[in-house]
Amino acid sequence: MSTLHTVNKSPFQSQCLYNCTDLIAPGDSLVLIEDGVYALKLGGEERARLLNAIKQGTRVYALNADLQTRGLDSSWAEIKTIDDSEFVELCCKHQRIQSWY
Amino acid sequence: MRDILCISRHSPQSGLLAKEALDTVLAGATFDQSISLLLMDEGVWQACAPLGTELSAFKDLSKNLNVLALYGVDTIYIHANSLKARGLNAHELSSGNTTLLDQADTQALMRDHQHIFSF
Amino acid sequence: MTDTELPPLDKDGYLINLQDWSPEVATELAAREKITLDERHWEIITLIQKFYHEFELSPASRPLVRYVQQHLGAEKGRSIYLMQLFAPHPALLVSKIAGLPRPANCF
Repeated sequence: MSTLHTVNKSPFQSQCLYNCTDLIAPGDSLVLIEDGVYALKLGGEERARLLNAIKQGTRVYALNADLQTRGLDSSWAEIKTIDDSEFVELCCKHQRIQSWY
Repeated sequence: MRDILCISRHSPQSGLLAKEALDTVLAGATFDQSISLLLMDEGVWQACAPLGTELSAFKDLSKNLNVLALYGVDTIYIHANSLKARGLNAHELSSGNTTLLDQADTQALMRDHQHIFSF
Repeated sequence: MTDTELPPLDKDGYLINLQDWSPEVATELAAREKITLDERHWEIITLIQKFYHEFELSPASRPLVRYVQQHLGAEKGRSIYLMQLFAPHPALLVSKIAGLPRPANCF
């Protein structure tokens, strides 16, 4: 009965990520896509905010293609990198999808 | 569980998204879906009457929202924290029949719907 | 009134400019739908214009019926009553004759 969330805006530009993490429920998943993957560059308090959502039981993923095209690599142990087919699998595994954009 | 939750997070003057969310709710209700509307983030401005829309390309959505009851959609859900963050109070909303939701209520609302349409 | 005297209409026969509406225009638009307007029709036409003013949109069938119910009572607030006046598509025809845009989601 869980929800899959996607965030496609950079947290350096938009509140989308925080709007999402404030509401995401334990058992839900979050996939960072497009500019959303810039979340991996977060530091300090903002980074702690995302880590806190993960601690509360949210799984966070980043779409590999979007990381690569931005020259980022997944430096966070807590965030799993996924390819397109894994993204599709996640969509199927969750009841509903909320896109934060 | 209800059928569809439309989550509307954009301001009425930012583009067509707000209007499209409302049209989706009206269409769903017309076709007998149990459908709900949640205004969140910048979307809460939709429930506030503008001072004037003559200067704008977009209509006064707060008037449109009042029609929902006639379509069988009895309440408009409002994310309370989004109101608070903008210094707004419930009594400043011009649309009637609103229900304010805290974080836990909002999460429960999402879980209570089969599908979410994100606007 | 002949065809050429009607103000501009869209492809579905709805007035393009709401300000062009007048009782004469309504009578001609109704005649094209083979409807002769009497006071029962005018009552509904006036009411749907009030609806448009209040909500800034044209109603689909169900909200139209409910609105009539709220303002004119249960006897008139029934699909069958509106169907008798504005057959075969009450929601579409009332909006058209009242000079409002075509209701969305109405077929």
